Amino acid sequence: MFRTIALALLLVLGTSAAVAQEAPDELVKRVAEDTLTAIRADKDLQVGNPAKVKQLIESKLVPHFDTTRMTALAMGRNWRSATPEQQKQLTEQFQTLLIRTYSNALTNYRDNAMTYKPLRMNPGDTDVVVRTEVTRPGQAAVQIDYSMEKTADGWKAYDVVVAGVSLVTNYREEFNDVIKSSGIDGLIKALADKNKSPPAK
Amino acid sequence: MSRAPLPFRRAALALAGATTLLAGCAVGPTKDDPLEPLNRQMYAVHQVIDGNFVKPVAEAYVKVVPEPIRTGVANFSGNIDDIFTGINNVLEGNGQQAGDDFGRVLLNSTFGLLGIFDLASMMGIHKDHKDFGITFGKWGVPAGPYLFIPLFGPTTVRDGTGTLVRLFIGPVSYIPDVPLRNSIYGVGYVDLRAQALDAESVLDTAALDRYRFLRNAYLKNRQYQIYDGKPPPEEDEGDASPPPGTAAPQPTK
Repeated sequence: MFRTIALALLLVLGTSAAVAQEAPDELVKRVAEDTLTAIRADKDLQVGNPAKVKQLIESKLVPHFDTTRMTALAMGRNWRSATPEQQKQLTEQFQTLLIRTYSNALTNYRDNAMTYKPLRMNPGDTDVVVRTEVTRPGQAAVQIDYSMEKTADGWKAYDVVVAGVSLVTNYREEFNDVIKSSGIDGLIKALADKNKSPPAK
Repeated sequence: MSRAPLPFRRAALALAGATTLLAGCAVGPTKDDPLEPLNRQMYAVHQVIDGNFVKPVAEAYVKVVPEPIRTGVANFSGNIDDIFTGINNVLEGNGQQAGDDFGRVLLNSTFGLLGIFDLASMMGIHKDHKDFGITFGKWGVPAGPYLFIPLFGPTTVRDGTGTLVRLFIGPVSYIPDVPLRNSIYGVGYVDLRAQALDAESVLDTAALDRYRFLRNAYLKNRQYQIYDGKPPPEEDEGDASPPPGTAAPQPTK
């Protein structure tokens, strides 16, 4: 009796552990396809209804990104000179900016075909790059790579590299320039202002 | 995998070494963009001309022309691109890829009706991208100063020279019928501009400073292409990630 219960429990636990340890490439594919399917099925999302797109991204994508790590990476050595309060504000503002950017990219590129490359990884790997490609007519495919890290909470992306351009590195250069001229608070203000500006068409 | 001839590889290595050294002591982006003040003015000029004349035409083109036709136009230009990709793969010593490129051109130009249909891609023949700027870069030619040219966009002295070489070679320039030739250039330009609309919109949303964001992204992308997707690592930011133990604050939900 107890053994059956214990076995059943083990099975349940085992399954949930297996779900939590979904391989990173499968995770990327599932999340991307889920999101694209949702957009293709919903007229409001296609015309870029900002509230709905934001809601979709917050529910489907944000949980799979380590936005704190992304902010820290984008800040580079400046991260350490920021106070905890500044770090919190930076992370909030940067996350908002990333959501807006992603919303825009998704609505613009929803009709392009995506392919997912198989990932070669060793069982012990905790840091991998998942490679995908977007194809558009008349052009060579564009590589989109996700740098991912294994966390207690499943695999999480901490950088997106589009055609060799790392999002985090590109922001690092921007952030550095702003901090040099107007300090960390200046950067927080610049990000907040950017987030308040009307969305690009 | 075929490699560039040895002298070129040496030059490229030396270049890579020099770049790494420079990157190590770089303070700002100015080393890549010594003409920044001028470039920013050119960028402003571009925004005005493009925003008032070219962009509206490109937007109308996307709205009015049905997608299958736009795909045909993009494929037609893409077929011409493949010729140059092939030529440059030959110059870089990538015989096998060049074979694929010319095979694509042959197939698409005939059965694909002058390139309007990209049959080769449907058959799984990989579409590559190479241009003279990339080849020069592989040969060890430094990029030179970054340039922003109105109605043309971001480039460098090296890459811009590559584009001029290509325009000079043709093949559209050999079309004797001037109105036809100009129409091909015109439609090709509008199509190219239309294809950039999506990326531009993302850039507008992402960038704190569009000029700077575009420049940095352009230069990174070119490095990536020159090094076949494996550019030399950059200066390490060392303390980039938060030290373990000091948990960074979670964003408030």
